[in-house]
Amino acid sequence: MKSGSNLEKVLDGGYFAVTAELGPPKGTSASVIRRKGELLKLYCDALNITDNQTAIVRMSSLGGCVLLREMGIDPVMQMVVRDRNRIAIQSDILGAVALGIKNVLCLSGDHQKFGNHPMAKGVYDIDSIQLVQTLKKMRDEKKFLCGENISGEVALYIGAAANPFADPFEYRVTRLAKKIEAGVDFIQTQAVFDVDKFSRWMDMVRDRGLDERVHILAGVIPIKSLGMARYMRDNVSGISLPDEIVTRMEDAKDVKEEGVKITIEIIDQLKEIDGVRGIHIMAVAWEEIVPAIVERAHLLPRPIL
Amino acid sequence: MIVGRQKPFEEIWDMIKDFKKVLVFGCNTCVAICHAGGGKEAEILASLLRMKASQEGLSMEVMHAAIERHCEPEFFDHVMDYVRTFDVVLSLACGVGVNFLSERIGNIPVYPGINTEFYGAVPKAGMFTELCAGCGNCILHLTGGICPVARCAKSLMNGPCGGTNNGKCEISQDVDCAWYLILERMKKLGTLEKMSEIEPPRDWSTGLHGGPRRVVLEHIADLETQKETEGS
Repeated sequence: MKSGSNLEKVLDGGYFAVTAELGPPKGTSASVIRRKGELLKLYCDALNITDNQTAIVRMSSLGGCVLLREMGIDPVMQMVVRDRNRIAIQSDILGAVALGIKNVLCLSGDHQKFGNHPMAKGVYDIDSIQLVQTLKKMRDEKKFLCGENISGEVALYIGAAANPFADPFEYRVTRLAKKIEAGVDFIQTQAVFDVDKFSRWMDMVRDRGLDERVHILAGVIPIKSLGMARYMRDNVSGISLPDEIVTRMEDAKDVKEEGVKITIEIIDQLKEIDGVRGIHIMAVAWEEIVPAIVERAHLLPRPIL
Repeated sequence: MIVGRQKPFEEIWDMIKDFKKVLVFGCNTCVAICHAGGGKEAEILASLLRMKASQEGLSMEVMHAAIERHCEPEFFDHVMDYVRTFDVVLSLACGVGVNFLSERIGNIPVYPGINTEFYGAVPKAGMFTELCAGCGNCILHLTGGICPVARCAKSLMNGPCGGTNNGKCEISQDVDCAWYLILERMKKLGTLEKMSEIEPPRDWSTGLHGGPRRVVLEHIADLETQKETEGS
């Protein structure tokens, strides 16, 4: 065991994992995190707290993760390299480990231009692959990037993202291989709407034997409204949303129910793809739908390990 | 070359409106090429300022001048006495020129008339693009001659982030994804396999993050010292 986190136990135990994303508040209320945590805890193996997602200031991932930890939930601390240099990153990691956080997801982060402080100075001292390397070095060698020793264990389960839908398509598997080389333990992918394209990517992943070296959790986003479907199809970089899904949402009498049905169908297809070890549900501002999705996708009960 | 862009007129006016004798001082090298701060621009700006002053009913003398470079002392020599007759200098040189003149001019303020943007190329008339960030630690041999420090919005070192969209950067459809360009270039060069190697964290201390930089050529500096010693 690298970290002993619940997520690690579930994946190493060969169970099909379920994780979900929890958006922290634009404020100080711990009860927002606790309420969402309470809602999701029996339906997921671990919960990600986003790190100033889309560069909009929110409660820190570290703070949110500690609140989840207090509830006995296994948090995944998301960490972007946009806002911290290597000094702050390593320091936050030490603090996080001291507070009982065991999973960290390493990300580049959306460019600050998208957020509510577009004039901010971006940091980008290291990139997401170098962040994976840094955490591995901290854990396995008990050393900082500079080579100095760390006192105490840095028991971490290291995650990263992969986007099979961003171009150049052929390179995306190489980038995954680089993340594995850097030391990543699990991957949470960008949301899958185009299952065929994802499946082709997984073929390439398996051809290179990469699925044996990392646990891949396929991302899904439940679509709440027709507007959201259109917006994601037309405006979100790195998401490939087929017209067929938009048409289904247009024709639906109950759009929310149709969105849930689409998500469950996608999950059912993902479960059948070799090398997919779990799903990661990103119900943006719609966390309350996650229990129904997990239940209707026959992913209950979650293992107790 | 250094690319600059003239500041908005109102901003310039606010800087200089309380002075009586203003010199608009152009530089005829880089910033002249990008039509921001050469002699011609200095002349135009000076006449605009005169018009504005008369509209506002202010008595203000505005002159213009330009020299070839604002970044080497010998180019200033023949004009410094003249420059010192003004209350304020509105420099149209790049930021280097403003700093350099400020250090030499004495008790006269030197204000910037342009925003120094970047150093770039001129792919076609009227267009200027940023291609190098002057980071002091060049890796272009590893990236097909395309710089991810300057041209990737996140200065990523290990390939494109998840925001690449049809070869464009997530920040704008008008901005090429540097890593997309790098991968295409490496494909053409037959060196795509290099892209699977991990580039370790960079040493940024060679750039601005290491504090202001200075390059000293020892052999030339020594020669100068020797000359000075012999002279005295």
